[in-house]
Amino acid sequence: MIQIESLHKHYGAVHALDGLTMTVEPGVVFGFLGPNGAGKTTTLRILTGLARPTSGKVMVAGVDLASDGRTLSHRIGYLSEEPTFYPWLTSWEYLDMLGHLHGLDLTARTSRVKELLELVSLAEAGKRRIGGFSHGMRQRLGLAAALVHKPEVLLLDEPVSALDPSGRKEVLELIERLSGQCTILMSSHILADVERVCNVVGIISRGRMIVQSPREALMDRYAQPVFEAEGEDTAAVKRWADTVRQQNWATAVSLDGDRLRVTVSDVKRARRELLASAVTQEIALRRYEEVRPSLEDVFLQLVGKEAIQ
Amino acid sequence: MNFFIVLRKELIEQWRTKRMLIVAAVLVIFGLASPLLAKVTPDLLKLIPNAPAVLAGLFPTPTVADAVSQYIKNMSQFGVLLALLMSMGSVAQEKERGTAAMLLAHPVSRFTFLLAKFVALVCTFAVSLAVAALGCWYYTLLLFKALPWGPFLALNGLMLLVFLVYVAVTLLCSTLVRTQGAAAGLAFAALIIVAGVGSLPRIDEYFPGRLFTWGGMIVLGGGDPAWAAFWISLGIITGALFIAWLVFRRQEL
Repeated sequence: MIQIESLHKHYGAVHALDGLTMTVEPGVVFGFLGPNGAGKTTTLRILTGLARPTSGKVMVAGVDLASDGRTLSHRIGYLSEEPTFYPWLTSWEYLDMLGHLHGLDLTARTSRVKELLELVSLAEAGKRRIGGFSHGMRQRLGLAAALVHKPEVLLLDEPVSALDPSGRKEVLELIERLSGQCTILMSSHILADVERVCNVVGIISRGRMIVQSPREALMDRYAQPVFEAEGEDTAAVKRWADTVRQQNWATAVSLDGDRLRVTVSDVKRARRELLASAVTQEIALRRYEEVRPSLEDVFLQLVGKEAIQ
Repeated sequence: MNFFIVLRKELIEQWRTKRMLIVAAVLVIFGLASPLLAKVTPDLLKLIPNAPAVLAGLFPTPTVADAVSQYIKNMSQFGVLLALLMSMGSVAQEKERGTAAMLLAHPVSRFTFLLAKFVALVCTFAVSLAVAALGCWYYTLLLFKALPWGPFLALNGLMLLVFLVYVAVTLLCSTLVRTQGAAAGLAFAALIIVAGVGSLPRIDEYFPGRLFTWGGMIVLGGGDPAWAAFWISLGIITGALFIAWLVFRRQEL
């Protein structure tokens, strides 16, 4: 559904995109991950036609962006990181205008706007001017605006980053419901959210794709077992962490106060030796467990490697 | 057609942000006040205590020509100022806030976006000037005598054309920069340059400001038509909009 080949975008000496290549298959929810400044927003802005690539090839829903970019707006829906609206319009008027621009007749528009306002829980605010909306309401309205013409491809730039927990939950549930109805490319830095709704993940760093894979395959391939422990004495836990760092099966050791987190390469040895070393050093533990590695661990591992290279 | 959908949005904005009301109110006030000021100014001066007799001699009995001159003077100052103030943020503000990007991600061409803004401003100034002209005509009738309809209409048509020159140039300035403040600065600089160069002898015949003089002569009689200034004004409007489109279509939002 989306094919990007050797995409470059230069702002003077800054290479925001440096040969990005990626493919998004139809029907997937693609989690587009990367640290700040990696090129996520630039990529999405190029896909919507709001920015132009320096070079490279972009195909969206079978449309070549370079030759026929104008027809693309009928096939994509876009939600920017901080959606902005005309404050003097009501949400109903705004969605109605967008429906009209996409060629919907009055009957179709009326029913679609009603449906969308209910979908994003703004039905009661339909007649209110957008100027009085909260951040969360504007974010939900932005999602409705992106969906007004039932696009084949939905581009979401950090769709939940500015929302409170309940707003985030609502929008994520909405994205989950849309899964299968259209192809979704969603950028985010909240990895737990990506882990929850995305079935394919791509990690971008410094304008290049580091890895792209179905989420489970990515976890199987890169996720290393993790052990977490909490001690009673911070100084003692710090000494223990220093000891653990010297073990060749410990690939990463992080300490946050009295909380130790150890990523390991050899889980069998770690199971035998990690707890034993705590006992040897007489560390009093409140909690000790082997946890399921998260996408965050994979992300940090891959982005960390990239940064070192 | 998407142009009319975007134009409707622009007109709603003009109405709900009260811009249309402000333009109409200012022009109507000065439309009504012009014949009134022409009529009462000599009387007011006579009321000054111990005024020298020579002062009264300087202000002969006002005529309809004074009413028309006052109307042209007021409109040329406040109309041009309003044209700048109402247009300076039209594109820059949308780029600054991000609303342009939100709209242009949908099937709206950049040409449509710009043209709708210009046409909405044309509507605002045309309607406001029409109401102001009607007020001026009525007060002139009450205080002096009826102005001839055709020539007075021509005068207002020419004034509208001058306002639209400033609207188009300000729209271009608003397209060139990213913030409303920068657009305002650029537009005022353009106004000062046009006013300065346009006041030079012989050159003034080719500048939009000449149309005010021509309009006055159409109503009061005498003088030569200023077709050069007319065509140049139309050329400036077309050129400014064309350059704005060339620039805007290449801008990243």
